[in-house]
Amino acid sequence: MKMKILGGAVAVAAIGAGIWAWTTLDTSRNAVADDTVRLADFTSTDAKAVKRGEYVMRAADCSACHTKGNGEFAGGYEMPTPFGTLVSSNITTDVDSGIGAMTERDFFDAVRHGQGSKGLLYPAMPYTAYAKLTDQDMHDLWAFMSTVEPVAHKIDETAGMPFPFNIRLAMLGWDMLFFQNKGFEATASDEVLKRGEYLVEGAGHCSACHTPRNALGAEIASQHLEGSRVGAWFAPEITGNAHLGLGASGADEVAAYLGTGTDGKAMATGPMAEAVEHSLQYLTEDDRLAMAAYLKSLPGSGATAPEPMTGLERGALAYEVNCSACHGTAGEGMGLLAPAFAGNHGILADDVTNLAHVMLKGARAAATDVTPTSAGMPSFAWKMDDRQIADVLDYIRNSWGNAAAPVRAEDIGALRGELDAGAPLR
Amino acid sequence: MARQEAKKDVVIVGLGWTGAIMGIELAQEGLEIVALERGHDQNTVPNFQYPNMIDELKYGVRLKMMQKPSQQTVTVRRNEGETALPYRSLGSFLPGNGVGGAGTHWNGLNWRPQAEEMRLRSYIAENWGEQIIPEDMTIGDYPVTYDELEPFFARFERVAGISGTAGNIKGELREGGNPFEGWRSEDYPMPAMPSTWDGVKFAEAAKAAGYHPFPSPGGIASRAYVNEYGMQMGPCNHCGFCERYGCFQYSKSSPQTAILDRLKQYPNFSYRTESEVLRVEMAADGKTATGVTYFDEKAGEEVFQPADIVILATYQLNNVHLMLLSGIGQPYDARTGEGVTGKNYGYQMNGGVTMFFKDEHFNPFIGTGANGFCIDDFGMNNIDYGAEGFIGGAYWRSGQTNGQPIRSMPLPSGTPTWGAGWKRAVGEWYGHAMSIGAHGSCMSYATNHLDLDPTYTDRHGRPLMRMTFNWNANDIRQTQFMKSKMEPLAQSMNPDLMQSSFKKEGAQYDVRPYQTTHNTGGHIMSATPDTGAVNRYSQAWDKHNVFALGAGNFVQNTQYNPTGLVGGLAYWTAHAIRTQYLSNPRPLV
Amino acid sequence: MTDLPGFPSRRSFLKASAAGVAISGFALAATAQPAPPIQLDQYQPVFFTDAEWAFVLAATARLIPSDGDGPGAIEAGVPVFIDRELTGDFGTAVDWYMQGPHNAAADPLLGWQTPLTPAQIYREAIPAVNAWCEQTHGAIFADLAPDQQDTVLTAMQEGEVELAPEIRDFFKILLQNTKEGYFADPIYGGNAGMAAWAYIGFPGARAAYKEWVGRHNIAYPLGPVSISGDRA
Repeated sequence: MKMKILGGAVAVAAIGAGIWAWTTLDTSRNAVADDTVRLADFTSTDAKAVKRGEYVMRAADCSACHTKGNGEFAGGYEMPTPFGTLVSSNITTDVDSGIGAMTERDFFDAVRHGQGSKGLLYPAMPYTAYAKLTDQDMHDLWAFMSTVEPVAHKIDETAGMPFPFNIRLAMLGWDMLFFQNKGFEATASDEVLKRGEYLVEGAGHCSACHTPRNALGAEIASQHLEGSRVGAWFAPEITGNAHLGLGASGADEVAAYLGTGTDGKAMATGPMAEAVEHSLQYLTEDDRLAMAAYLKSLPGSGATAPEPMTGLERGALAYEVNCSACHGTAGEGMGLLAPAFAGNHGILADDVTNLAHVMLKGARAAATDVTPTSAGMPSFAWKMDDRQIADVLDYIRNSWGNAAAPVRAEDIGALRGELDAGAPLR
Repeated sequence: MARQEAKKDVVIVGLGWTGAIMGIELAQEGLEIVALERGHDQNTVPNFQYPNMIDELKYGVRLKMMQKPSQQTVTVRRNEGETALPYRSLGSFLPGNGVGGAGTHWNGLNWRPQAEEMRLRSYIAENWGEQIIPEDMTIGDYPVTYDELEPFFARFERVAGISGTAGNIKGELREGGNPFEGWRSEDYPMPAMPSTWDGVKFAEAAKAAGYHPFPSPGGIASRAYVNEYGMQMGPCNHCGFCERYGCFQYSKSSPQTAILDRLKQYPNFSYRTESEVLRVEMAADGKTATGVTYFDEKAGEEVFQPADIVILATYQLNNVHLMLLSGIGQPYDARTGEGVTGKNYGYQMNGGVTMFFKDEHFNPFIGTGANGFCIDDFGMNNIDYGAEGFIGGAYWRSGQTNGQPIRSMPLPSGTPTWGAGWKRAVGEWYGHAMSIGAHGSCMSYATNHLDLDPTYTDRHGRPLMRMTFNWNANDIRQTQFMKSKMEPLAQSMNPDLMQSSFKKEGAQYDVRPYQTTHNTGGHIMSATPDTGAVNRYSQAWDKHNVFALGAGNFVQNTQYNPTGLVGGLAYWTAHAIRTQYLSNPRPLV
Repeated sequence: MTDLPGFPSRRSFLKASAAGVAISGFALAATAQPAPPIQLDQYQPVFFTDAEWAFVLAATARLIPSDGDGPGAIEAGVPVFIDRELTGDFGTAVDWYMQGPHNAAADPLLGWQTPLTPAQIYREAIPAVNAWCEQTHGAIFADLAPDQQDTVLTAMQEGEVELAPEIRDFFKILLQNTKEGYFADPIYGGNAGMAAWAYIGFPGARAAYKEWVGRHNIAYPLGPVSISGDRA
């Protein structure tokens, strides 16, 4: 969830010059916010608003990106992008290094419109989704932020961004092309679906990872939530598609996954485990069910199961030797501790980055309040070569009723290099 | 000059079972807690992960999960007249090392003591008269009863995730369980594990002989399990690598699987590894401790950690050592019988029969540390001490724990130990043998005790602790009694060959072969300050803010594996601290 | 001793090569490609001198001889295992308490009391045994006939070869290390091709027997796998 910058801001700089589009920069709807009192000079005494605001903060997953060893919300989280490394800002109430000098209006402008105190924000900050946050949620979030302890910790957000990507104005062109400057408008009439849509498309900013992006780094609307590669991970399709998406799971199973990182079959790891740990576990079960219902209502990609592969003996033997102790001889998994493969649609996408990633580097499950164990998977990079890993993935993706495309050993090898996973012993 | 750390409410020495239990129970009170662990940090992944853990040489033989004698050990002598020599390489017992301690590498056998064992002296006096207790046998009553501890036994069993079949729920006997066990308020949290062929054969023979077989109770998950802390266990797949190993698949109960990940979520709890506590520091008036001094391995320096409460949660031997070094309790003097710290060191008297069936297949590599079936027909509360001429008892168990061939290669007696005959025999007999073990009591004696060694020191210059221990005729009579009962039962199973291994009269303690890591006593609980080092709440009699947990509390060892009692006592003590001590720190008795 | 439904009969197990039946239910030709065993004649000992190496080759060859069923110590690569162990934590006794004073002549029941490490014991004991062999049999151990070597090993085991207290446990250590090298995972240099495991029927690092706990008195059919994932 943290590496959201993708695609070509290069072109953006060129396009940005000279054109003006009023609608992109229009923040007039933020006039509902107070523009007189600085955050540092105000601490909300409305306990209910603060509590609601904390919930919005959790739903929007602010702390995950704005906290990194310097104190809660003091920033410093490094986000590698194709254009350099961005560092998340200090959003504590400190005046000099944080956002203590902002008024509520400034805050609304930053969160919903990407217009910060130092200039335009990079879309690593998902203001494209936060634009949909309601005034009420924004007021509450502001109330919560006022209770955050000030931490003096100076951040140079763009120090790791070379010219010209360190020019914030370049984002203007990007915004004009891709920023939908409007509040939330539900597409469904059902109240549950509406709530789900608001959470998924707004605070939850699911599409930041799960929707593929174009060459300029903007989400491709026609493939909304249909799965995307994100760094060395793959955010799978999370629509109602029954082959690759959530169509075969009940809403209760999806909600359980969001709350604990597992539905007893699939298990979150990598960035999704972080989303569960920092954000989704704190939502109410009703909200998670609403998100699940909304996601399942999306038609998605239309992907269908291919004919299952045959001739998987090599993979079967490798599975028996390396995997069956934990994942079971019938791919049944081990309760909440090791994912099942039988009937697990999260492993069937053409892009096998996730599976290859955990084979090469190992993995850890989400540690939540309900499921603190955070079970681990060891790395097999040292004992299996690319072909063996591809074989075993073919086996689990085409056994017990599963069907998926063949895995290419070259793809495993490429990821092995990218992850610096090391060569097998022999 | 030692570095000084910021003061904490509680410092816990050792992060094994009892340290983890105290950590999480007191963390729930909002106290600022730091745990200091001598060894390294370790967790299921990556430290116990498959397949690296499935390595008999590294862990089973070279003992890489265990305490390193180069860092910490004891000296051993059999009697006062002998010069104690260092226990230089591990053999007879294997204290653990690192986070989780012995709780990571145990077999998982989890028992409660019998109610009678908790008040042994009174039980004997009531039934046979105290005169049958030999003069040098220093057994007593625990200053806490089975009934008082029952809720805490149950709590530990729920937390640890124990599989078993209850034999006595609130006084009502249950078919298939142990009819001789103490009452339970509830059934085991999980049903019993399935048994391998050896256990089933034994159970059938035992039943035919009129005994009462029941499945071994174990901290091995028979199904997926979630405990009160939200910690998860996965169903065991009988990999045969329990004892001496960390469990790679979250199936064996341990501090890692039952407590630690939850504990680490508490912001008021922290722990430091490679931090070996050297001594407990005392206030000027000597009535309380001010904290502990430890050696920070990474920084290479001594550190003083101030704290209001000091919890000694290390292995029994190391707890007693720290108390002797720190002046907690008067050292026990075996000649006068005075003093308390180091008193009543206890162990375990085990024996067994091995049977060979050349046409049967046992697949010995399929197993768990708590596999098989047991009988308790010769347990402590089933023996007529007056008639049999000894005080003691044993439970019997048959259930293979592993088939690791370097260590577990039973061969018929008389087989050559090398050469063509040996090679032929390993091919012929591997997988065709089973055994029955008697896990027996070992009473406390004036002659078995712990003090500081006059000669040998550790790398910090501290005297090593000296163990004075030898087998006693009473316990040898106990094990010979078991032999007389077990051999006929084994014979009834019609093995092709069988052989016994029980200690005989005059047997001397041999530190070389592994026997058991059930070292007990040394800081025993007592009803009065002159008879033990700690009171019924594991609180040091003479330093009320020091609590010493673990098997060091055992007045005498029980006939069972100690973990159930250790865990129950830890929850009992945690409860006392939470409900009685924190609001008004003082001697609780 | 009935077979379970859905499971191949015992008879077919016995016929099939041990590795031939996969858990997934289809029979396969053995596809094992274990790491090639280390060739003893090409192995350059790290710890042992030439003279010591000759002794260890000769002694282990008698402790677990090559004739009969199952591999001998030589085919299993046991000498390589011992050579490697002696340069590691075991040989150098790093985990043990080695501070003095030492009483090497203490009652054996009190355990390891020699000031020497296992590696030092090999170093001192091999020449001592060779000297005894020359004196008693007219040649060093490696040059004796196999039956004479057996006689010497028996004499060592019975304590008839006078060795100083510091090295009196040499035979025990050598025998223990030989068995370790025979049965340890192949990553340590011995048990080449897992042949010793295959010989006795130990499945090595399979470590998954959930389906087998309840299958009583039926021989487990699958061959061993090693930590590094080889099958035999």
